[in-house]
Amino acid sequence: MAIDMSQFYQVFFEEAAEHLASMEALLLAIDPAAPDSEEVNALFRAAHSIKGSSGTFGFQDMMEVTHILETMLDRVRKGEAPLTDDMVDASLVSGDVLKNLLAAHRGEEEADREAAEAICHRLEALCRALEVPSSTVNPAPVAVTPAAPLAMKGFDLFFSLVGDPALEAQSLVQLIAELGSFGVVETIEAPGPGCPNCQLRIFTEVDAEVLRGVLDFVADGATLRVEPFAGPTDEAYGLFGDLDVQAGDAWRTSDDAYGLFEPLPVASLAPASAVVEEAYGFFDDAEVANLLTRQQAAEPYGFFTELPPLEDVPAPVETAYGLFEPLPVAPTVQAPAPVVQKLVEEPIAPPPGPAAAVKKPVARAAGAGDNGSIRVSVEKVDQMINLVGELVITQAMLTQAASNVDPVIFERLINGLAQLERNTRDLQETVMSIRMMPISVVFSRFPRVVRDLSQKLGKQVELKTIGETTEMDKSLVERITDPLTHLVRNSLDHGLETPEKRRAAGKPETGTITLSAYHQSGNIVIEVGDDGAGLNRARILAKAKERGMAVSDAMTDQDVWQLIMEPGFSTAEQVTEVSGRGVGMDVVKKNISAMGGRIELDSMTGVGTRITVRLPLTLAILDGMSVGVGLETYIIPLGYVMESMQPERGMMKSVSGVERLIQVRGEYLPVICLHDVFRIQGAITDWSKGIMVVLEADGQSAALFIDQLVGQHQVVIKSLEANYRRVPGIAGATIMGDGRVALILDVPLLVSMARRVLPAAA
Amino acid sequence: MLQAAQSATVHESEESGFAQELLTFTLGAEEYAIDILKVQEIRGYDAVTTIANAPSFIKGVINLRGTIVPIVDLRIKFAVGVAEYTPFTVVIILNIGGRVVGMVVDAVSDVIALKPEQIRPAPDFASSVDTAYIMGLGALGERMLIVVDIERLMLSSEMALVDEVAH
Repeated sequence: MAIDMSQFYQVFFEEAAEHLASMEALLLAIDPAAPDSEEVNALFRAAHSIKGSSGTFGFQDMMEVTHILETMLDRVRKGEAPLTDDMVDASLVSGDVLKNLLAAHRGEEEADREAAEAICHRLEALCRALEVPSSTVNPAPVAVTPAAPLAMKGFDLFFSLVGDPALEAQSLVQLIAELGSFGVVETIEAPGPGCPNCQLRIFTEVDAEVLRGVLDFVADGATLRVEPFAGPTDEAYGLFGDLDVQAGDAWRTSDDAYGLFEPLPVASLAPASAVVEEAYGFFDDAEVANLLTRQQAAEPYGFFTELPPLEDVPAPVETAYGLFEPLPVAPTVQAPAPVVQKLVEEPIAPPPGPAAAVKKPVARAAGAGDNGSIRVSVEKVDQMINLVGELVITQAMLTQAASNVDPVIFERLINGLAQLERNTRDLQETVMSIRMMPISVVFSRFPRVVRDLSQKLGKQVELKTIGETTEMDKSLVERITDPLTHLVRNSLDHGLETPEKRRAAGKPETGTITLSAYHQSGNIVIEVGDDGAGLNRARILAKAKERGMAVSDAMTDQDVWQLIMEPGFSTAEQVTEVSGRGVGMDVVKKNISAMGGRIELDSMTGVGTRITVRLPLTLAILDGMSVGVGLETYIIPLGYVMESMQPERGMMKSVSGVERLIQVRGEYLPVICLHDVFRIQGAITDWSKGIMVVLEADGQSAALFIDQLVGQHQVVIKSLEANYRRVPGIAGATIMGDGRVALILDVPLLVSMARRVLPAAA
Repeated sequence: MLQAAQSATVHESEESGFAQELLTFTLGAEEYAIDILKVQEIRGYDAVTTIANAPSFIKGVINLRGTIVPIVDLRIKFAVGVAEYTPFTVVIILNIGGRVVGMVVDAVSDVIALKPEQIRPAPDFASSVDTAYIMGLGALGERMLIVVDIERLMLSSEMALVDEVAH
């Protein structure tokens, strides 16, 4: 009977993708010349977790790649080999291969077996290059291998298995085999019928987080506990640590509880090695004894009393065990035998001290692994936003209902309502901010893009990012990624020159691409700048003429730059893999307009190019002006409003007997009467009593005649089409403060309507 | 309790051979019935926001807990009764294939279970509504219920509630 693992696949996919992403981020951040050991460890952990879980789920191909990667990283981690640029490159490539394999398992992509094999060979070659003849690995199945700088720790793993109880035994066997690759596993408590709990003890060099990573896939997350094994073995380690002090090791600088264990191997190199080796031998005994029966361990422990140095060093022991305060350590030194006896007598209930102390490092490791976020579906967030919107409306209604009561008699009610208003406003702001994401989510992918591309093109490029914390709506973040990638690639390929050309032009060989993001008057502005050659005006004009476009040499720079956003326009001398096909800027422009944004280009020959993208903060919220016509209220998106005025008689001009034009500062604008277009009863028809709002959309202007201006609001855009259908002239709907629905005008359509209707009327 | 009620219904339907539960409502003097499973809720008539250039029976849209819901006045569509809005005017909110639509009726009567043999086919006759949307005529003592296929009616191009496929 096979275990149906497929129910856990989704968890695996998500976790593996997260590990891969963090691996890539670490690889890009790491400085091969001076790698931070924390970073190398994190890299190793990520690779290891992927290996462990892909093995558990039977994704052999992924496991093979990660295994070799892990082997290589392990060497680096242990300081046996220096980290090289080549290794970072190979690791990045293997990250890509793993992503591909992962996607293949999800059924999204074709698995690229050749790439997988190629990277395996490359990694293997790197590993072989690292082989140091002097390094010997003790193959004995003893937990402690003195030759290798290991830090063996004991962990107690408490968990209950998920899934069908009948399958548990089998998955437990698999799990133990998996854990066996880390160290020595011992089953303390196996799950039986009606008792899903399971306890394993493992002596290993990997840390709690790795174990947790492996167990997460099989065990019920809620019940999973990884606790350092707090039995007598720890005690023994602590004593070995003391020997290190005698040997002059500087382990005291380590403030980590685990630091106690690390100096172990150094001790073996120290003068006191004979004693230590003996001690090691004893330790094995202790362990074995412990496996057999705990009581027997008391006797070997007595051995310590015969170690002369111990009696001399009570103080360091106490400092070292500061974290483990409640453990009767000091007495150990004074009278070791009885204490050990005591410990051994009640080993099942670990003293609260170690557990509490050990929580610290575990929590820190968890903090390093994820950024404290949870996954929530967008629908849930949208639902929450809707509900909060309702709450705000209800609150407004209550406030209005209470506005007529006597403030003296109903003082508490009025105070309560005021507080409700504050709280709802805070709640609304918080909920709206859930959808907001920092733009670093987008920016973080560019170091990789720039790195790969600059290598391919033989250019030296430095990428600067400014304002990564600028927040924007999640839906925008997703949609801006592709256009931005295109702009960055363009800057790299066309903008920046080769190092030779740059040197000839008197510029530093390394070019700079600057990505910056900031908020400006309700918009988010993203700039992609480079200090390259700039756009070539003459070449663009020549190309445009060649393509038969209506251009002249007298065009302003701005107009010339706009030409490159025409479909199929490319001035690249040759079509490369990267760009030059002329498909691009037009698509970028189209995508950005679709998001309600604009794109601007500035360039100076020889100095550089800057592309500015302006986007609304969110797709869901709009700055609107509410206007009244008859009894109806409409919202005009503020971005289209140029000005508003009360028309005078003389401003209205008639064409063929119908007053259809208004003269505003020497320009004749077509007039749209909203009450005519929407057939609204009871609206003002006298020009001098209403208001003209001058609108501009797609470069065309028109004046909209309405009754009155009501106010300016931020409105949440609601779809009218969800339950109804498209209405010409209406872009959407929103809910006003009083709970009523107001319709949002489709300004571009109204303006173009005016333009189209006008010639017919004339 | 809900479960008990459900099992009771199931039991009943087994006995009576697939009795269908229907919500009955009145338009003027006429009594109509629709499948109760299509009904989401019943509420009073609130101010609506009119939609420009919409047919007269589409009263406009309302805000139903954050969702924009169109409101149809069946009295105008079916040309029965007087389309006046009093505090007793009722809106039945329907959920049809994920779309939420409200319809104005004069009053909601009750929920009844009709067995297939109690529903007679409607004869072809000239009316303001296509008889294709009438599933049959239910006989309940003296009362005659017009059983409407509300889903088909609301999604029809005649109601102009949904975007027509691009022509």
